[in-house]
Amino acid sequence: MKIKSVKKVIVTLVTLALSGALLAGCGSDNAQNTAAGSSAAYRSLEEIKESGTINIGVFSDKNPFGYVDENGEYQGYDVYFARRLADDLGVEVNFVSTEAASRIEYLQTGKVDVILANFTVTDERKEEVDFALPYMNVALGVVSPDSRVIESLDDLTADDAVIVISGTTAETYLTENYPDITLQKYDSYAAAKTALENGNGVAWANDNTEVIAFALQNPGYTVGIPSLGSQDTIAPAVTKGNADLLNWINEEIKALGEENFFHADYEATLLDTYGADYEDTLVVEGGVTE
Amino acid sequence: MPDLGISVLFKGQNMMRLLGGLWVALRISLISVAISIPLGILLGTLMTWKNPVIKVFARIYLEIVRIMPQMVLLFLVFFGTTRMFGWNLPAESASILVFSFWGTAEMGDLVRGALISIPKHQYESGEALGMTKPQVYFYIIIPQTLRRLIPLSINLVTRMIKTTSLVMMIGVVEVLKVAQQIIEANRMTAPNAAFGLYATVFVLYFLACWPISMLAGHLEKKWS
Repeated sequence: MKIKSVKKVIVTLVTLALSGALLAGCGSDNAQNTAAGSSAAYRSLEEIKESGTINIGVFSDKNPFGYVDENGEYQGYDVYFARRLADDLGVEVNFVSTEAASRIEYLQTGKVDVILANFTVTDERKEEVDFALPYMNVALGVVSPDSRVIESLDDLTADDAVIVISGTTAETYLTENYPDITLQKYDSYAAAKTALENGNGVAWANDNTEVIAFALQNPGYTVGIPSLGSQDTIAPAVTKGNADLLNWINEEIKALGEENFFHADYEATLLDTYGADYEDTLVVEGGVTE
Repeated sequence: MPDLGISVLFKGQNMMRLLGGLWVALRISLISVAISIPLGILLGTLMTWKNPVIKVFARIYLEIVRIMPQMVLLFLVFFGTTRMFGWNLPAESASILVFSFWGTAEMGDLVRGALISIPKHQYESGEALGMTKPQVYFYIIIPQTLRRLIPLSINLVTRMIKTTSLVMMIGVVEVLKVAQQIIEANRMTAPNAAFGLYATVFVLYFLACWPISMLAGHLEKKWS
């Protein structure tokens, strides 16, 4: 019996090692091919025009940026822009439903031509894909009750706790830049919301789009700090190296700035959620940020 | 009573969209099952042979399927094949490929288990009665193996139907993804819709899997 089980263990280990080697092999093949075969990974502007369809990756469940309405139609701020891009290119648009985690992969394999899925520009992502000019701002925001509106983080005393959701940019930013502030961390949006309503903390820091929407839906709260920390932007992304498509999108964004296209986009898609006050905070027109 | 999202279901095409999503999930899983069962039977039979080469290959194949999460397999097939060979597989074909790859391995293992669970004396008694080898298999071994296989393979089929919820990661819009889209599209007007929609998805999965379980129960009774 004992010898048999030892044998079994050895067999299992050998199998594991073999399959591991096999997988490792796949992995390195992968890396080589992206480097070598990147020329075929994307479609040029001409090829898109010839095919008559542009594939655009959008979110299908991020209201109000990219979502599907009750009739099965894609809608939202990103989608509005995507439709205009396709119109001006003279092609049909094929929306591909993407998840946050697979956006880069879709571009690198050329399965979509453009990603317009609330894609925040970061240095790490710039290594993997090419970003065009931005069309929206994102930053952190702080919301607090009307009875004591926090307009600067310097107003806080040592006893004041700030509510954050674990794992968000707000948590990282406050921990790094304001180590003296007491943070109260919650796991979910719902828990953080309840905590603010119960007065567990004096303010709640989160993405500014989230806190603005919260203040609009819940009377008695004001966004004292609508834009905090590093200003990030949201931009269309194309496969790395697809220069002619990138240039075309950049020119398009500049041209659309002349007619205030993104303001119209905001008014059509985001106004209900964020109200008119934040239009200029959120919209980037013509690719120009301050 | 708060609105639990039932009204959202009847807005526009929402109910039809959910059913459409269910059809996508069922189509992927049933095609994969149809491919996995014959291939699995073949693999399982091969695995009972004493050939060491076949044994090693079957073993490696099985372990890969067991160790790798289906999600990783999906990414590997959908994105990996494009990178390595330039194949541009549609997401649904990639899903069917992965589910068949997985189903064949599990089905093969079930068949192997069922085959070796038939005691040796069953074969010997058959031969002692003067039956030829095909006759022994056809009249004695296969009927008994089938009876042992039914509950196990039904389990596998329903598991495959449920696991199709992963294919949304490669852009296939199936029933769960449709539900998430509906919840998000209405998050301002009906913040509690999540409960009602997930409950509906639960009922839909149940309606899809229950007849299969019933059929299995019926067959087991009939053949016992």
